[in-house]
Amino acid sequence: MDVILNQMDEFAPVAGPVAGLVMKNEPVVIKRRVVRQLGHLEALESEAIHIMREVAAECANPALLFSGGKDSIVLLRLAEKAFRPGRFPFPLMHVDTGHNFPEVIEFRDRRVKQLGERLIVASMEDSIKQGRVVLRSENQSRNPFQSVTLLDAIAEHGFDACIGGARRDEEKARAKERIFSFRDEFGQWDPKNQRPELWDLYNARVHPGENIRVFPISNWTELDVWEYISREGLEVPHIYFAHRRDVIRRGSGLLPISHLVQPKEGEKVENLMVRFRTVGDMSCTCPVESAAVGIGEIIAETAITRITERGATRMDDQTSEASMELRKREGYF
Amino acid sequence: MSVIENISFDHSELLRFITAGSVDDGKSTLIGRLLHDSKSIFEDQLSAIAHTSRKRGMEAVDLSLLTDGLQAEREQGITIDVAYRYFATPKRKFIIADTPGHEQYTRNMVTGASTANLAIILIDARKGVLTQSRRHAYLASLVGIPHLVVAVNKMDLVGYSQDVFERICQEFHRFVAGLNLKNIAYIPMSALNGDMVVERGSNLGWYKGMTLMDLLEKVPVDHDINLEDFRFPVQLVCRPQTEEWHDFRGYMGRIESGSISVGDEVQVLPSGLTSRIREIVTYEGNVEDAVAPQSVTLTIEDHLDISRGDMLVKTSQLPQVTKEFDAMLCWLSEQSLDSRRKYLIKHTTRVVKAVISRIDYRLDINTLNHDAADTLKMNDIARVSLKVHQPLVWDAYPRNHATGSFIVIDEVTNNTVAAGMICPSKGQG
Ligand SMILES: Nc1nc2c(ncn2[C@@H]2O[C@H](COP(=O)(O)OP(=O)(O)OP(=O)(O)O)[C@@H](O)[C@H]2O)c(=O)[nH]1
Ligand SMILES: [Mg+2]
Repeated sequence: MDVILNQMDEFAPVAGPVAGLVMKNEPVVIKRRVVRQLGHLEALESEAIHIMREVAAECANPALLFSGGKDSIVLLRLAEKAFRPGRFPFPLMHVDTGHNFPEVIEFRDRRVKQLGERLIVASMEDSIKQGRVVLRSENQSRNPFQSVTLLDAIAEHGFDACIGGARRDEEKARAKERIFSFRDEFGQWDPKNQRPELWDLYNARVHPGENIRVFPISNWTELDVWEYISREGLEVPHIYFAHRRDVIRRGSGLLPISHLVQPKEGEKVENLMVRFRTVGDMSCTCPVESAAVGIGEIIAETAITRITERGATRMDDQTSEASMELRKREGYF
Repeated sequence: MSVIENISFDHSELLRFITAGSVDDGKSTLIGRLLHDSKSIFEDQLSAIAHTSRKRGMEAVDLSLLTDGLQAEREQGITIDVAYRYFATPKRKFIIADTPGHEQYTRNMVTGASTANLAIILIDARKGVLTQSRRHAYLASLVGIPHLVVAVNKMDLVGYSQDVFERICQEFHRFVAGLNLKNIAYIPMSALNGDMVVERGSNLGWYKGMTLMDLLEKVPVDHDINLEDFRFPVQLVCRPQTEEWHDFRGYMGRIESGSISVGDEVQVLPSGLTSRIREIVTYEGNVEDAVAPQSVTLTIEDHLDISRGDMLVKTSQLPQVTKEFDAMLCWLSEQSLDSRRKYLIKHTTRVVKAVISRIDYRLDINTLNHDAADTLKMNDIARVSLKVHQPLVWDAYPRNHATGSFIVIDEVTNNTVAAGMICPSKGQG
């Protein structure tokens, strides 16, 4: 069977005042070969595996950030694909706010055990005890302070790279970030002065004290993540599926009742069918009303949703126009 | 020769495109319009940018805010760095990179361009073809973007005049005549009002071609992957040394081009030793064959010394292995090229020391003339000769983007200072 491949460029330097490179565009016919084109998930997967292997090869002491959330669950599967039958060339690290959903912590520990890999827990409780994090109130959102604990852990363990599950479709500042994102010795991101990032030739070089944040699933959308979880048959914490829960309405969202969130005067507790689109700090992560009890239904809902993941679920991102950018500048993921 | 018969075509194709062109030509507005009119903006995003627009005293929603997400960009009303956006229509998935027009930020435009299948070059109908429009068209051709759309924007400000449109098309056409851009489409539009973006609108009745969205959905997705020559740069060597995998020695990497089957004869470069493929290992189990751009682990029949930076190729399709070659270079750093210094080059998975031994010429972006030069400043494009300490295994860039591209790194600052594309050696096609 003859197949015409896409035009194979052939170029020759041209004399004269024209251009350096000119190509002839003649289709190349190759006999008896049908070339398989990767599906878009396969292509994203291969890109991510390539990125993880580059980190393993070029960085002296990397870590992979694992929170128990869906994006980092995907990262772990990608790491298995990148490194098995070998072991992961890095430990996993969880920046633990102490404000976690218990189901997520239970899941985290179980998954780590299944994999037989090492988990480091960087605990914000410790940062608070050491006076590195000062809270206004015990129940306030701890998300903004994760950077302190993260940076302390990076310094303590001497990590030169941290692999994270952030995606560019999540937020407008993230949409600007490189896959290999350079952080200076204070962990800061300088959005106006990012390294050029060409093709897939990543520059992971840093001086001592500096580090790189690496986002292998930068180009994935929320929908891609769910489709991948479904395709791979990955387990996720139950709170991603619709369940009954006591919630109150506050601001534009729902907040789950817990020891951190109690109804204020005039707020009514409702018992609704909800699911979480992200799992974060329990005091500010909002569920959405949903009847999706299975992955297929989540995918269907995600495909038609009219509200972004963070818009729907993170109260702390809505406090100011640039809250994510500011946090990232200070060292956030 | 390997024969791959199993076809499993994708459920959804992926098209990566960029917007480019001079400052204020309307690139970010166009992306906003495209997303808005294709119903791809989420409600909370729309209400957030509507709020910001109102705060800034604008009457209508400023759609450029959708991609201009940094504080500094919003303050100045310009794009500083690439923003990535994702959207899908029933026909395709799209990754958009909105790049800055400002000359100062050309490096960020190149960042976006290096992975694109299609570029939309915007031109302000009032201003015509500017230096920066030329620079971006040239860069698009240099990095080998297969499709170009010239969007003559702000047609509302020139009375939707067909004459203006045609004059600009001709001017652009004259400029690109010498470049390797073959598939060029010209579309008149108003990103602000939405004419010819997703909807045809009622102002450009004389234009009979496709709308931008039509074109984006129909243009063939030319992957710039070379499907012929097998190239496998080794990223890592896997030696688990566990009971179960005691003697396992796998070469991990991504097939950058071509395909491979179990039993194929391969050569290891630069050493030149040969062997055969024993297994193609994946997480799902071993497979008989694999194609670009799959990431896999390969084992071979013989014990050879192979490490990161080496490349496996098929003996029937050999690349070049040299310590000297010519390349087109885009200088991206504020610090000019110092030809006395050594730089690092990252090419596939290999990092080597290099000197830029000669600048053949520097390009004048307006005339495409070749000028003599002894240094390169930020945004200069030049043809240079390089010498490297260790041989590189390469193909000319137009034949193979993956094995023909490299970056130049300053060893002192660790910054990426230039992008390079290897030219065919003299006398080669
Ligand atoms: N009248 C008119 N104005 C437009 C049109 N498209 C964009 N503009 C305006 O042109 C100005 C610049 O638009 P942007 O989209 O920010 O331009 P840009 O090309 O992204 O600029 P940089 O990214 O900084 O290079 C804004 O004030 C837009 O509202 C159009 O079709 N008609
Ligand atoms: Mg812009």
